[in-house]
Amino acid sequence: MTPAPIKEMEKIARRIRGRVVELSHLTKTQHLGSSLSCVDILTACYWSVLRIDHQAPGDPCRDRFILSKGHAAPALYVALAYKSFFPEELLTTFAQDGSHFAEHPCPKGIPGVEAATGSLGHGLSLGIGMALAGRILRHTYRVFALLSDGECNEGSVWEAAMMAPAHGLDNIAVIVDYNRWQATGRSEEVLALKPLREKWAAFGWDAHEIDGHDLSALCALLHTVPDGSGKPRAIIAKTVKGKGVSFMEDDNNWHYRVPTEEEVFAAKRELGLVES
Amino acid sequence: MRNAFAAVVTELTQEDPRLVLLAGDIGNRLFNQFKDFSPNRFYNCGVAEANMIGVAAGMAMSGLRPICYTITPFITARCLEQIRVDLCYHNVPVTIVGTGSGLSYASLGATHHSCEDIAMLRVLPGMTVICPADAVEVKAAVRAALKHDGPIYIRIGKKNEPVVHAAPPDFVIGKSICLRPGNDVCLLSTGNMISVVLQAAEKLEQAGYSARVESFHTVKPLDEECLKKVFSHCRVVATIEEHSLIGGFGAAVAEWLADRPPFPAKLARFGSADRFLYETGSQNFARRQYGLDADSIAEKIKNLL
Repeated sequence: MTPAPIKEMEKIARRIRGRVVELSHLTKTQHLGSSLSCVDILTACYWSVLRIDHQAPGDPCRDRFILSKGHAAPALYVALAYKSFFPEELLTTFAQDGSHFAEHPCPKGIPGVEAATGSLGHGLSLGIGMALAGRILRHTYRVFALLSDGECNEGSVWEAAMMAPAHGLDNIAVIVDYNRWQATGRSEEVLALKPLREKWAAFGWDAHEIDGHDLSALCALLHTVPDGSGKPRAIIAKTVKGKGVSFMEDDNNWHYRVPTEEEVFAAKRELGLVES
Repeated sequence: MRNAFAAVVTELTQEDPRLVLLAGDIGNRLFNQFKDFSPNRFYNCGVAEANMIGVAAGMAMSGLRPICYTITPFITARCLEQIRVDLCYHNVPVTIVGTGSGLSYASLGATHHSCEDIAMLRVLPGMTVICPADAVEVKAAVRAALKHDGPIYIRIGKKNEPVVHAAPPDFVIGKSICLRPGNDVCLLSTGNMISVVLQAAEKLEQAGYSARVESFHTVKPLDEECLKKVFSHCRVVATIEEHSLIGGFGAAVAEWLADRPPFPAKLARFGSADRFLYETGSQNFARRQYGLDADSIAEKIKNLL
């Protein structure tokens, strides 16, 4: 895949954000703030980094992307639709009767969705299994797992964090969407999360902290997996919950709130998707 | 049963390159031969069972056939949610092998007892539950599991359990194996209770009752043909398991029975009571505390006949 230019990716990220806000309103679904915070990460992955052919989503050689923070499913679905994994019209079935597009990714019926997530603390273990299988079966694919900072509460994350370096797995990267909120509080206050980069480094990861909305920085770190170091990579991506819509940014009410029609319009205007 | 498990995976790794063995920091020398044949197919996942199940699921999604092995309560209750989501919701071919099931590790204390695992795993959609009777059935069950396209739980004992099969039986998942004929009473034994059950049958025979014994190795799916037959032809059908009466094999049979028109046979269930054992001791001591010895079983059944 030819990586998209940064300018184009910025435009794509805005379109994804606009559609995610619309869908939340249309289907009365939550987790808007968590979806918006990881849109740039998804954009960098799908439009620049991942070697996946949307026409062959089951190719054993494909790169794997696991949305371990499954509650950001709307953002993943929109990204996959815009990448032509399935027709865009299907997005309106989100959370509707009989649809596979549940509010957390379903393991069936959605091309491009690698794993069912939604219960936190599962995705990295799955990813390590895939990365080890890649090594055993002599595939050169990479595995990327996107976690939330709240998800790092789960003990299983740290079980997994200890396993990858023990096997010198460098074909896997974890990206932590560090928006500093979890469902009901500041992630640094609920449990002692800080210092997050240093924690991953202490667990044996090649750990970096960057601006999670800086597409160039994201791409630079994601493109160089694996780097031959024998160390798995951790990217602590500092983000803003609700990013892209001023009245949602860093306001944790938008973990559960659903926008009104007027708020959707205002959001799209800010994103440059409608004439002001 | 442990040694039989190690022997069969060592055989299978030479036949099927998809097999990967994941262990939870046990079986120190048990898998040395396996590792000699397939050094890159063995992973000690440490004392981190939740991660082990997830890793196995990721491997299975990528075309491998993982088997996860550690002590029963830690590979079932400890990581039940990983089994539910990573294995069952995705419906991936991963085999979980729990060792020291039931009261096998009686002297280690109740942290290491496992009388709830059948109940917890049986309720999970798509999960198959197998409790082999002896070392021969362990080998057959693991071979069958590797050919099965979905998650399987195999519940094994420890070591040196009596072997009841002189020759490898025709082992099919979901088909019980008749070990002795009889028509007054039928004893359905699951898992490592088989030698006690055969003794109980002997005692019943001495008392003048003809006692059939089935090794009912698959708890899910139940062998309905066998159940129909024995409930139609016997006066008493008994389920015997080293597991709680709540939710286990006997409960599964009772559920099956409740959904059908009445049969002539009475159901008697033998299993552990709804309480932990706070006293340590041998496996036989622990069994006696729950009435799971041949004398108690035979006496109770005689009273029903």
